[in-house]
Amino acid sequence: MVGALAIILLFQLAGEVISRAGHLPLPGPVLGMVGLVVALSVSTRLRELIRPTAQGVLQNLSLLFVPAGVGVVAHMPTLANYGLALAVSLVVSTLLAIVVGAVTFTWVARLVGSRADD
Amino acid sequence: MTDAALIWSYLASKPLLWLCATLFAYWAGDTIFRRSGRKPWANPVMIAVILLAVLLGLTGTEYQSYFEGAQFVHFMLGPATVCLAVPLQANLGAVRRALVPIVVALLAGSFTAVFSALAIAWAFGADTALLATLAPKSATAPVAIGISESLGGAPTLTAVLVLLTGMIGAIFVTPMLNALGLKDWRARGFATGVAAHGIGTARAFQVHDTAGAFASIGMGLNAVLTAFLAPLVLRMFL
Repeated sequence: MVGALAIILLFQLAGEVISRAGHLPLPGPVLGMVGLVVALSVSTRLRELIRPTAQGVLQNLSLLFVPAGVGVVAHMPTLANYGLALAVSLVVSTLLAIVVGAVTFTWVARLVGSRADD
Repeated sequence: MTDAALIWSYLASKPLLWLCATLFAYWAGDTIFRRSGRKPWANPVMIAVILLAVLLGLTGTEYQSYFEGAQFVHFMLGPATVCLAVPLQANLGAVRRALVPIVVALLAGSFTAVFSALAIAWAFGADTALLATLAPKSATAPVAIGISESLGGAPTLTAVLVLLTGMIGAIFVTPMLNALGLKDWRARGFATGVAAHGIGTARAFQVHDTAGAFASIGMGLNAVLTAFLAPLVLRMFL
């Protein structure tokens, strides 16, 4: 548990260093995630070490959004001024993106003959 | 000063009180969510945020002093992003078998999410900071917050927009895709993960296992792509 946490933090730390040193647009944790995917593909031992801790963290992922979410109290004026713009933008863009993504996936899968397993 | 006032002024200056309140508010939200039969509108984060916002208002507490306590929870967003590597790696085989549709649908879905959101807000006259805040809203929260920060947006407002995006996706995805007659669970799940991140992914797992697995792939890949795409698309509106 401590070992797994230390390794997860180390990948984040490495990601932050690379992101800042290379002036990359990717946030450090995303680079850390990419690095860990590679490392997990190579090492079965690492997979067994990390998995229980990672699953524990991911099962409570929603909790971690709460502190930032409460920040809404500091943005009431913006929300009052742009409430309609944001509401229309969020609803239309989210639904449109789902439809475009699902239709594209279905068409391309048919085109290249990629079938679902089930 | 009375004892109660002394105790309050002590607690108000320490992180313990608001850390405790954050965990209890989320616990309450999660309990309501489960009692409702995991309905998307009973999102535990939304419930916790409302409870805490009311509590801050009633006690006249500034967000700054609330965050002193809540920052310990907030910090875990970074390690949690790294942890997404585990489900992503576990599904690498499925990704390889559907690589072409995944790449094309990822580009199409991700670009649509960022571009249409910014185009609409821009047409309503939103300023640059608000556009930067809005651009990463389809990415998973820890990543979206990081992108918003680096673009000069308001990360806390981004977090709220991310939550709302996930809830909108989770509520409408099933009836909408049924109406369109799309039956490939991989396509349905993947598009949901790309557009509506973790909350959409949780919804996809409720509907179908394959949809859930592909939703988590979509969420993971879109986290990476949005970091590249959001600054590029934002520049089109400046």
